Order: sequence, then structure tokens, then C-alpha cells
Amino acid sequence: MKKYLLPAVRLTVVMIVLVAVMYPLLIVAVAKMASGKGDGVTVSHNGRVVGFANVGQKFTEDKYFNSRPSTVDYNAAGSGGSNKAAANADYLKTVQERIDTFLAHNPGVKKEQIPAELVTASASGLDPHLSPEAAYIQIARIAGARGMTIPQLTALVDKHTKGPLLGMFGPATINVLELNLALDNLK
Amino acid sequence: MNTEIAGIIFIFVLTVIIALPLGKYIAKVYLGERTWTDFLKPLERGIYKLSGINPNEEMNWKQHLKALLTINFVWFVYAFFMLLFQDKLPMNPDGNPAQTPDLAFNTAISFLVNCNLQHYSGETGVTYLTQIFVLAFLQFVSAATGMAALVVVFKALKEKTATQLGNFWQYFVKSITRILLPISILLAIIFTFNGMPASFEGKGQYVSVQGDTVNVSRGPVAAYVAIKHLGTNGGGWFAANSAHPLENPSYITNIVEMLAQTIIPLAMIFAFGFFIKRRKFAWVIFGVMTVGMLCLLIPTIISEVNGNPALTKMGIMQSTGAMEGKEVRFGPAATAYWSIVTTVISTGSVNGWHDSTMPISGMMQMLAMMTNAFYGGCGVGILNYFIYIIIAVFIAGLMVGRTPEFMGHKIEAREVKIAAIIALLHPFLILAGTALSSYVLSHNLGAAWATPPGNWLNNPGYHGFSEMLYEYTSATANNGSGFEGLTDNNVFWNVTTGIILIVSRFLPIIGPVAIAGILAQKRFVPESAGTLRTDTATFGMMTFAVIVILAALSFFPSLALGPLAEYFSML
Repeated sequence: MKKYLLPAVRLTVVMIVLVAVMYPLLIVAVAKMASGKGDGVTVSHNGRVVGFANVGQKFTEDKYFNSRPSTVDYNAAGSGGSNKAAANADYLKTVQERIDTFLAHNPGVKKEQIPAELVTASASGLDPHLSPEAAYIQIARIAGARGMTIPQLTALVDKHTKGPLLGMFGPATINVLELNLALDNLK
Repeated sequence: MNTEIAGIIFIFVLTVIIALPLGKYIAKVYLGERTWTDFLKPLERGIYKLSGINPNEEMNWKQHLKALLTINFVWFVYAFFMLLFQDKLPMNPDGNPAQTPDLAFNTAISFLVNCNLQHYSGETGVTYLTQIFVLAFLQFVSAATGMAALVVVFKALKEKTATQLGNFWQYFVKSITRILLPISILLAIIFTFNGMPASFEGKGQYVSVQGDTVNVSRGPVAAYVAIKHLGTNGGGWFAANSAHPLENPSYITNIVEMLAQTIIPLAMIFAFGFFIKRRKFAWVIFGVMTVGMLCLLIPTIISEVNGNPALTKMGIMQSTGAMEGKEVRFGPAATAYWSIVTTVISTGSVNGWHDSTMPISGMMQMLAMMTNAFYGGCGVGILNYFIYIIIAVFIAGLMVGRTPEFMGHKIEAREVKIAAIIALLHPFLILAGTALSSYVLSHNLGAAWATPPGNWLNNPGYHGFSEMLYEYTSATANNGSGFEGLTDNNVFWNVTTGIILIVSRFLPIIGPVAIAGILAQKRFVPESAGTLRTDTATFGMMTFAVIVILAALSFFPSLALGPLAEYFSML
């Protein structure tokens, strides 16, 4: 073993310089050319930074499209999910409460119309998206809260729906922050 | 939903298409043949010179292992002390604290052995310095260690009779300079242009539309995520791993990350064929591994896409599948695919929480790690599979009454003993660990610990048992994913999984290298009509049967207590 110890130590130092100094510095330098300059892409509204484009934020007010439940309350200093098992009784109680809250805020919606994602917590706690179904189901409530018409809002949701990649791969999504800022702009 | 299935098929086909030429390239690199990356030779010469290494010094299998173990020991000491004192070192813009000794032990080992269990949270448990200088560094070198060990086996199987099997340092350095580093640079650049941060700034801050002040963790994420996947490491920059919108911002990055973690294990299979000039043999291995992967994948996709039956009973529409612990931009199908890929390969990164997947999915994820040979980790996947091949050759030889031979060398008692010990070590460590933790928990030992066993589990009943079984399975398979509801950052879990990690990493490297080294020293027996051919579909099925029987016999009772019991209780 002794024969290999010194080369091992020296090789370790050389490799640290290569993969832990030069490599990340190269990537950080290249990232300066990307949008957000490697610091994360921010979104501004009326001259003020109101969020990060890819990081979900909390929307609970009736006049906004609500984002998904989050176990970290959209505090992006950390991240995480509930890690609750499918049949955990406590978990099912939490889901039931979310269903009740949703129904109370969205009169006229039937329980079996609620998309699962609106009553389940996301993996990161920072999910920035909704599916089109989860946006459509909230339209009636927002129309009431804002005095807008349903076709107007449906058109807005459709406009901000991003279809599957190349029209072929993966789910359709809507960025909630983008949609809500567009909603505020309509007024 | 159909676009989601199409997305998975697209990723898999794309991976295989890239793996073929990459495999050929990898074989050429290790054979020392001319490749277009030969312009890196001066860099490699510089590395050898600065390290005082003669890259042409031939080593036998024992010397290879000595070099491997020595440098791994150096890395462990380095990593442990860096983590222990990270609060006093620079590059800590968020002011994160030091790791406790038991956590630093677990973290250092876990990254050293390519596992990345991560009993800490990325946002608070490490600093930019330790993330890059320790964890990302270990992600490079641990992957290269596995690859270099595999090349020793390649070399031994290629030669008719040989004791000298090339130079370990050379295999190791080339793994980084020719394979891991160039591809990582490419991947990281793709990531930075698709919304992934890459800077040394501390947390960002914004005031949300609703008026909340929010801090956003970030860092040089792109560089880290590239090697995290390429080296089948899996440790996340953030706590939420690749479910985090800054660690996996879109469906495109999801495709690239999925590709990145699968590509080297797949390419290595083809490299094997090119290296020993038996391409048909490589296709048989690929076929067996792919069938195994699909057997695990299909039930998982079905159970995730169909949604949580408990929520269906409550009257919730689940047209988008089971969504607890999943992200909208990936959807249940891509998350199910990821969960199987990350467990058959020893990555262990996640883009959704396995703890919240359906019982059948959880069982498939565990089975993927229990077999640990369908593709498998960077280099070590084929080493694990090699053990199964030796056992299959031995059993097949007994069945047809021929002397077991593999690649022109007789397989005798000593090799079979080593293979049997390595094959049985895997279930032994998983089951003994789970038994120990279950005993401690059920007898309420250690009630005075900082985290009493009564507080370990996040879910009651069968699923709670599964959380413990999963943790030891993940540690033994050097995988690193978890049923993360388990409260694992405490002395019991840090120490027990840490010890298992060391044993289950190095013995399964030593075993196959030893077998191959011993075989290579034997007299070469040319193939004859009496030779049992190993590059046929029949032998492929034989190997598959060996894997299934070993896994089924070893793990069925524990799976019956965990996910199966949970599944039937939900019907």
C-alpha cells in the first residue's frame, strides 16, 4: 500500500484542481452568456422582481390561479415533499381538508372534478406549474372574484398553456406565475 | 397521457442510439487506440508527471486493487475532515454549519462509494466549498474508480493467459479526461442554457406577487448536476434533488438528465463487446438487462398512471395519475420511468418522491436495487452482472455435465466460492440491517437517543417497515435514493448504513477483479464443440433465471411484509 500512497495523494490534488476548480469555473463563465447569467432567471413586473421564472410561488388568494399544495410553503430556501405513503390515514385526512377548502372556495365545482394535483403536495414544494385541467377548474372562481368573463379567462389559460415538447413528448403545462401576471395585466 | 408514454420511449431509444458509438469510443480509449480526443494527451502526461506516476507500469490484479483501495482511503480522509470543518472554511455564503462526526462519516463514505445517501439537506447541510471540492470531486473519482476496475476485468477476459493487466492510474485518469469530464462539460452547458443556475452567489431574494418575502437557494448547480448523473452518483444539489425546479427546470432537462445517467452504464456494455471482440456477447447482456428493466418498469408505470386508489375512493379525479410527491412538468409516466432507471442503475437521484409512490412501484424500485444488475452503476453494474454470469456458467455446467468454462478459462472451486460469497453478501447486508433496525425499533431500544427509534418512521404500518427495508437496500446497492420519510440523520442510521456502504462497495469490486485476475492466469482452453457457449439467448435466459431466483428467494419474505402487505391492504 505504501508504494501507492504518495502517487495517490498527488493525483488527488491534481484531480481536485481539474474537476473541482477548473471545471466549475469554466461552467460558471459560460453561464454568464445564458439568460439570468447563471444566477437563475428572474421575472419582473412593473419594474420589480416578483419571482424566479422556474421556481413556483404561493398563490392562495381567490383572484389568482392557486398553485399546488406545498410541504415547505413555497419557501425556496429549502425544498421537499411530504413523503407520505399512499394509504397513510393522516395523509388522507390532509387531502380531505384540502378538498373541503377547495370546494368552499369554488362553489359549483363537484368533488370528482378536482384534479389530483390540486389536493396533493408536489415533490419539490416549489412546483411552478399546473396542468390545463387544474387551471380550467379555477376559472369560474376567478371570473367571480375579478368580474371577468369565463371565455376571456379560458382564452388566457389556453394562450399560456405550453403543449408537450415538440407536440409529442410529455405533459402540457402552465407556468402559474406567468399566468397570474398576465391575469393582472388584463385589468 | 399518450405523449407521456411517447416521451419515455423516445428517451430510451435515444439513449441506446447514443450508447452504441459511445461504447465503441470507450473501448478504443481503454485499448489505447487512436481517437479524436487524442489532443488531450499532453494534459494526461501533465497529470502523470505531477502525480509521479508511470502510466505504462504493468500491474497484476492484486496491485490494481491495492492502488484502488489506497487512493479511496486518501479520498475518505480528505472528505471527512472537509465536511467536519466546513463552517470554518471559505465559500459558505449562506453560513451553513459543520456536519456532526457521524453525519460527516456517512456523507464522506456515501459519496466515496458512488452512493450519495444524503442524510443532510443540500440547502443547509453543506457549503459551496464542500459541494464542489468534496462532493462533486468524489462524484467524478468514484465513477472513474468503478470504470477503471471494470477495465481491469475487460483486460483479464481479453487476454488468453496473462498476469499483467495494464496500469490502474492510466485507466482511472483516462476515465476522467476522456469520458467523464468532456461529457460533463457538454451536459453542464446544455443545462445552463435551459434554466439551471451556475454561479457562486448565495441565496437570491424576491417579494412575491402576494407580498411574501422569499429566499431562493442556488449555486453552481449545472456543473454539479452534470457529473451527478453522468457518474451515476445521484446526490442532489438541493434537498428535492432533480424534482427541484432549479435542478431540473423542464421536460428537456429531464430528458437530458435521464439520458446522462443511463448513457455510461449502457455504453459500457457495448464497450465490453468491442473490447474483448465479442459483440454478440454484449448484445446478450444488453438483452437480459433490458428485459429485466422492463419487467420492473411496466408495472410501475401502470400503477402510477392509474393514480392512488385511496384517493379514488375519496372521489378525486386522477386523470393525471398519482400526483403526491410529483411535479406537473414531468407527469407520472416520466417520474415512474425515472424511478426505475435510477434504481436499476445505481444513480439514486429522484424527480419525485419514492416514499409517496404506490406500493407496487415501491416494490419494483426495491427489486431493482435488490437485483442490482440490470444495467447497474458506472462500471460496477457489469461487475455485479459478471458475478451472476460466473454462477450461471457454473450451474449450467453442472446441469449439462460439462466443465464450466468462461472465455476460454476453466471456472473452478475458488472462483465459484468468491462469486457465491459476493452474491450472498448483498441480501445478507440488506436483510441483516433491516432486521437490526426492526429489532431496535420494536424493542424501543435507545429511547434516550437524540432521535428515539419511535420517531424514525414517517408512515405507520407496512409502509414504515418498507422505509427501513428501502434504506438498507439503497445503501447496500450503493444507490442513494430513499423512502425519504425516514428520519435518517442520527447516529444509528449514519453509522449502520455507513458501514454497510463500505462493505457493499469494495467487496463487490474486489470479488470480480479477483475472479477475472485468477481466470486470466490459467491456461487458455480453446473453444470446442464441448464448450458451453455464453453468447447465446439460451445462456442469457439462464443468467436471467439465476438473477430472478436469487432475488426472489432472498427477498420475497421481506417484500411480503412491506409493499405486498401494503398493496393488499389497500384493495
